[in-house]
Amino acid sequence: MASTARRDAPEPPDFGILKRLARDQLIYLLEQLPGRKDLFIEPDLMSPLDRIANVSVLKQHEVDKLYRVENRPAPSTSDQLCFLVRPRVRTMRYIADIVNADKMSGRSRKYKIIFSPQKFYACEMVLEEEGVFGDVTCDEWSFYLLPLDEDIISMELPEFFRDYFLEGDHRWINSVARALQLLNSLYGPFSRVYGIGRCAKMSYELWRDLEEESENDGQGRKPEIGNIFLMDRDMDYVTALCSQVVYEGLVDDTFRIKCGSVDFGPEVTSSDKSIKVLLNAQDKIFSQIRNEHFSSVFGFLSQKSRNLQAQYDRRQGMDIKQMKNFVSQELKGLKQEHRLLSLHIGACESIMKKKTKQDFQEMIKVEHALLEGFDIRESTSFIEEHIDRQVSPIESLRLMCLLSITENGLIPKDYRSLKTQYLQSYGPEHLLTFHNLKRIGLLTEQAAGETLTAVESRVSKLVTDRAAGKITDAFNSLAKKSNFRAISKKLSLIPRVDGEYNLKMPPDMAYVFSGAYTPLSCKIVEQVLERRGWQGLEEVVRLLNGNEFAMADGAPEDGAGGDAQRVVVAVFLGGCTFSEIAALRFLGKERGCRFIFLTTAITSSARMMEAMAEAKA
Amino acid sequence: MSRARADEEEYWHSSKFRAFTFDDEDDELSQLKESKRAVNSLRDIVDDDDDDLEKVSWSGEPVGSISWSIKETASSSSSSLEGRDTSLQKGSSSYAALPKQVSSYSLSSLFKAFSDTGVKNYAPELRRPRAEYKDYSNDWSPRDTVRRMQRGKVCSLERFRSLQDKMVLLDEAVAGHDGNVITAVLIFLKRTLRREVLFRELEVRQVALCHLIHFLKETGEQKLLLDLLRFLDRTEEVALSQYREHLNIQDVEKKREFLKGCIGLPFSAEDISHIQDHYTLLERQIIIETNDRHLAMAGQSEIFRKYPRKASILNMPLVTTLFYSCFYHYTEAEGTFSSPTNLKKTFKIPDKQYVLTALAARAKLRAWEDVDALLTTKNWLGYTKKKAPIGFHRVVEILQRNNAPVQVLQEYVRLVEDVETRLNLATKYKCHDVVIDTYRDLKDRIQLMAYKCKVERGSAEEEKINSLLSNMQIRWKN
Repeated sequence: MASTARRDAPEPPDFGILKRLARDQLIYLLEQLPGRKDLFIEPDLMSPLDRIANVSVLKQHEVDKLYRVENRPAPSTSDQLCFLVRPRVRTMRYIADIVNADKMSGRSRKYKIIFSPQKFYACEMVLEEEGVFGDVTCDEWSFYLLPLDEDIISMELPEFFRDYFLEGDHRWINSVARALQLLNSLYGPFSRVYGIGRCAKMSYELWRDLEEESENDGQGRKPEIGNIFLMDRDMDYVTALCSQVVYEGLVDDTFRIKCGSVDFGPEVTSSDKSIKVLLNAQDKIFSQIRNEHFSSVFGFLSQKSRNLQAQYDRRQGMDIKQMKNFVSQELKGLKQEHRLLSLHIGACESIMKKKTKQDFQEMIKVEHALLEGFDIRESTSFIEEHIDRQVSPIESLRLMCLLSITENGLIPKDYRSLKTQYLQSYGPEHLLTFHNLKRIGLLTEQAAGETLTAVESRVSKLVTDRAAGKITDAFNSLAKKSNFRAISKKLSLIPRVDGEYNLKMPPDMAYVFSGAYTPLSCKIVEQVLERRGWQGLEEVVRLLNGNEFAMADGAPEDGAGGDAQRVVVAVFLGGCTFSEIAALRFLGKERGCRFIFLTTAITSSARMMEAMAEAKA
Repeated sequence: MSRARADEEEYWHSSKFRAFTFDDEDDELSQLKESKRAVNSLRDIVDDDDDDLEKVSWSGEPVGSISWSIKETASSSSSSLEGRDTSLQKGSSSYAALPKQVSSYSLSSLFKAFSDTGVKNYAPELRRPRAEYKDYSNDWSPRDTVRRMQRGKVCSLERFRSLQDKMVLLDEAVAGHDGNVITAVLIFLKRTLRREVLFRELEVRQVALCHLIHFLKETGEQKLLLDLLRFLDRTEEVALSQYREHLNIQDVEKKREFLKGCIGLPFSAEDISHIQDHYTLLERQIIIETNDRHLAMAGQSEIFRKYPRKASILNMPLVTTLFYSCFYHYTEAEGTFSSPTNLKKTFKIPDKQYVLTALAARAKLRAWEDVDALLTTKNWLGYTKKKAPIGFHRVVEILQRNNAPVQVLQEYVRLVEDVETRLNLATKYKCHDVVIDTYRDLKDRIQLMAYKCKVERGSAEEEKINSLLSNMQIRWKN
């Protein structure tokens, strides 16, 4: 995306140290259990662990065999067992069963549980109840932050979303606060802090608390990061629910990027084996297309393959010496490029095939109509048909949620009929899914017979102290239109473009949704950074239900403070999508600043929907 | 909110969203294919010596990665011991070539160095904050107790004995924002308070209440959870929470019994019918499954011999069951439980859904006359008419997916109402007659002439085009 940046964005800080710290601490913890031992690893921790250590590192620290923590008795014969786990009740019972089975058979071993990123009291309670407290030793591996890429750091806590937003459990807030503290101590001090959302505010307060009592004042250190912006996922569900059309987002939606890498199956590799590929800035092909709208990717790839062909063709007519040079200096790079190019072409092809089959074009049209708020009836029938035809249950759910959020709830008749048909198509047990979606507010029913006066009184309750005089205005925007509509209007999220939206040289962040919609979350970030606070955004804040904050602790004036003032950590509590990442990267290029993404996990509409389902115990 | 029709038209016809289409196979995909060819042709030059390829095992995990190694342990633990050893060696040796960036110095000393020099505090949790010097005092205020617990320190809560003290502690925990500590306090309260007292206090403390509910869900204390929900008068949640248990019942007979019991639970009026349906559905499935398994084993029924069942119908959604019934039991009388019409009636399946499913099932069997009958209606005068509640473009799509012959396809393509869609479909599936007739009706001579090159030389279609083009009666628009 060749945009004319006014000034170049600063390079991101080196986050490699986060990996080294995590690895070193893990090794330190393993050394606390000297001698040979078998290591049991929680499946969710395997990929993150793979990113910071490998088998030989573990072997060097006397790890004998590796097992996966699962619901099966462990065949291990070692005298020392070490468990590397997330703090979960279920896992505690699994471990307790092993310990108790050993006790029954009169076998004595040493057990150590390493909790990542922290231990919960509830886990200890279970160990106590099961009668194994004291038989096991516990430790914490403070592995809060995993750098997935030069500008993405993940906490790898996908359960954060459900735990906080659905169950109302604040268990991860401490982890977030500690993660912020760590980041601040390494790359800060951050001079400006902005945020919106209840969880953002609580995390901020707890982090402040931790900072206050630590002796580390960080004075005199030159910060590498100057700004931080915290946002709750529920400030903007709409963006996360839209189909992604930037390359990285599409790859994620189609193949699922897991911990920064993806498994390309035989349909992509055009061979009989799968290949696991790391997708990051080091991939020279990927780094150039990841943020592009899918339509621009083809052109780029074919240009690349022509160039590559030309470079290979130069061999003809080379003499021996030149050839030797070519082989020793260029061939390796070319081969690497060739390999990547064919993978991404294969991926594009596979995406195209899948999307064409799925009526993707029609679906995008429906999404755009929902975002703009017209043709509601037709969109509803489209969703209905989608359900009737038993097309993907996740997609159907996603579209219903998008309809609900943009319309501020479904009208009762539609809600009932869509729900009934959904249960008939995908199974009655989804009754539980609907209940969850209602609780979290993703799929709701407009209160029956909600008259204008009822809405009005509710609205006036919301606004009394702030804008009493504007009740009528506010009411007008709320009565028929949902908050989303009002916000969308207020922030001009739907670009009005004369003529064709230029996807190859996009004018704004809306390109990540084909020019049809500017992601709300990113727009808020843009506005607040521009205004250095929330002034002038009162109405938007009110529509988003408040909980905004802005702090400037001895922030240097404009110009001072150097590059750090142009580096912003965008913290997404509850997950962040690749579309949002692409949009903010674009904004960064435009404004000459650098965004670093800190998220509880990379998310997508499918992951969000799946988190709402009830699974077997 | 709703805009003028004209506005919408303009919106969809504006070029804004045309820049990119997934349907546009001609353009983008061929471009892609070309690039692919180019890249593939280079394969000969780039011999696959894998030197910069990641080593990947059969499962796709890079060899030597932790996930890979775990799979190895898992698979080899059932096989011989020797096998495991070699595989593990392989795992480590493939990494031996890699540069070792592992810290060469002892880690304990590293961490010591950090705290000693105090240059920069990389690992806050390994350091002793000043507050810790008071560790051995027993007189923590509720606030300090909560703070200490937030830092992961063990703290006895036993001295909070009066209800007031307990609640101050709980409120402090909530104010501290750390869910882990809130839950810890709740565990203590749950142990030291009668449940009614605890429930009463939590009723006015929503955040704490959420934590207790979540905790009870996780630890599986179903009885206490239900008591709590009942106390709070959250009857619908009581019902749902009980209903949820059916997910863990494997045995279908037991599950059926359980669901029967669920019907009496205090669901909302709307949900009660869903629960009833769930029960009835499983009941039906059990009957059908028993019968059909028997039929299939006996080998008497042709349909089961020709199309063996791939899976049992138990626990499938209603629509899947309907499909199954349309596939195997289409002609049965309404009286039998397995007949499609019976299902339709029992579960009040809407017409649209019924037709869609039946169509898919019959098309899969290539029973075109059933398809025809399904879409034919008679009016009161006895005239027959084709009608599709789902739109004929969908009918075409379903038939095409099941490789319907052109003659069959053609008939329905012709019935697609929207001219543009009809032309698209007809062209795509080579229903020449429909294309020709449509152009004739549109009086589009130019398109018709252009289409001539798409039909076979000397075919009936070509003849038809020629005769149309030479027909002086038609007033062409161009």
